[in-house]
Amino acid sequence: MSAAYGPNPWQQAHWDWRAAGNFICGGAGGGLVTFTVLSGIDGILAKLLLLAGLGLVGLGLLCVWLEIGRPLRALNVFLNPRTSWMSREALVSGLLFALGLGLLIDIGALGVPAVVAALAFMYCQARIVQAARGIPAWREPLTVPLLVTTGLAEGAGLFWVMIAFQARGGALFAALFGALVLARWLLWRAWRARIAASAAPRALAAIDASGRNLQRFGGAVALALIILPATGLLTGGWAALLLAIAGALVAATGVHFKFTLITRASFNQGFVLKRLPVRGVPRS
Amino acid sequence: MTRWAMVADLRRCVGCQTCTASCKQANATPPGVQWRRVIDIEIGEYPDVQRAFVPVGCQHCDEPPCMEVCPTTATRKRADGIVTIDYDLCIGCAYCAVACPYQARYKSDLAAFAYGAQPTINEALRHDDAKRSVATKCTFCVDKIDTGLAQGMTPGIDPDATPACVNSCIAEALAFGDIEDPNSNVSQLLAKNQHFRMHEELGTGPGFFYLWDRNPS
Repeated sequence: MSAAYGPNPWQQAHWDWRAAGNFICGGAGGGLVTFTVLSGIDGILAKLLLLAGLGLVGLGLLCVWLEIGRPLRALNVFLNPRTSWMSREALVSGLLFALGLGLLIDIGALGVPAVVAALAFMYCQARIVQAARGIPAWREPLTVPLLVTTGLAEGAGLFWVMIAFQARGGALFAALFGALVLARWLLWRAWRARIAASAAPRALAAIDASGRNLQRFGGAVALALIILPATGLLTGGWAALLLAIAGALVAATGVHFKFTLITRASFNQGFVLKRLPVRGVPRS
Repeated sequence: MTRWAMVADLRRCVGCQTCTASCKQANATPPGVQWRRVIDIEIGEYPDVQRAFVPVGCQHCDEPPCMEVCPTTATRKRADGIVTIDYDLCIGCAYCAVACPYQARYKSDLAAFAYGAQPTINEALRHDDAKRSVATKCTFCVDKIDTGLAQGMTPGIDPDATPACVNSCIAEALAFGDIEDPNSNVSQLLAKNQHFRMHEELGTGPGFFYLWDRNPS
């Protein structure tokens, strides 16, 4: 029996770290743009954060460009927005860059549209993964909210890391960050339960390995660090430090989870015979 | 309407891989690329073991997941059910390959040949650089079908209008024809035998049927 050609599930080999890079950078970048605009901060720091968010989105798209077989035809990616989430992702990314550029040149009214575009971008990315019907761990419907929430949590984490030097730790936004981390944790657990029956054992083993980190360090530890700033019991420099550490943990575990999901847990379902052939057939 | 489909009789297939070789010869696919292949499945544990040989490849689905996800419209479905790829539009993102539940799609970046750098005569004749770095898959030998139909032949009956794998099958395990025609060879086979389609629960509507027993009626 050939391990390469089934019938047992095997790891897809078409999408590697470059594809994972798109989901990692795109999700975190979209989340960072969202969180930056919602935080209401302004000035050069806000612009730097926006620039970092848009840069991450661009870096992710660059990763995809490095992966495609015919990079000089890359613009063909826009041709099928009718059904393809990849086309939609490309179109929305253009919109996100345009709106982000508008924010960078101080067109303040573009804040809400930019957030909508960033959320739409993350949603498209999640749907790209979920639309891959060949891979049980991806096609589960809960993959969509999980990936969107992960992206938001990672972006929020990067936000707190990048503003740590300012010693700011707003309770409301810290609470929102905590809610995102909690939502990601719960969604991961629900998603893991849903794929238990369909995903290959080796896929589940890879998911569990990264999931342990996501739950412990990106879940429990991060929430423990967030709780004091979020409740307003700790403010100033210490709050910013705790939030930055939590942010780094949330972002790092999110990166590890997405990398695992795309490159280690992407086992197909192999081939299954519903019925075995009954031998002894007359030629008629 | 016509709906071309493939029927594989699992009771007849002996796993000789002649269809695989025939497909490779007909399409000159590079090493590691097998548009038609036969997987060897063992079920059970000694001494109660059964073995089955299962021809697989593109299922030319009614609702092809590969077509839905393709960002370039390179993957299309013809009115007769055959799923095609426009190699000049495809960007080689391989999204179709990860979306296909049948692992029927390939992407090979290098112009590789069976015996090293030099192509065989057949490979040199059939090599097409447009297929490099883009998605490729079984076409049901669509060129033969179209050419044969233009000459008044019947795909599945006339060898010159029939996919290479079906022509080559030593056990008559593979059949090809129009399932919309109740009198066609494949319709008759489906009427007389019990059958299933692979991963049908995914809603893809495969155009590839597997026979496993006679119809009790």
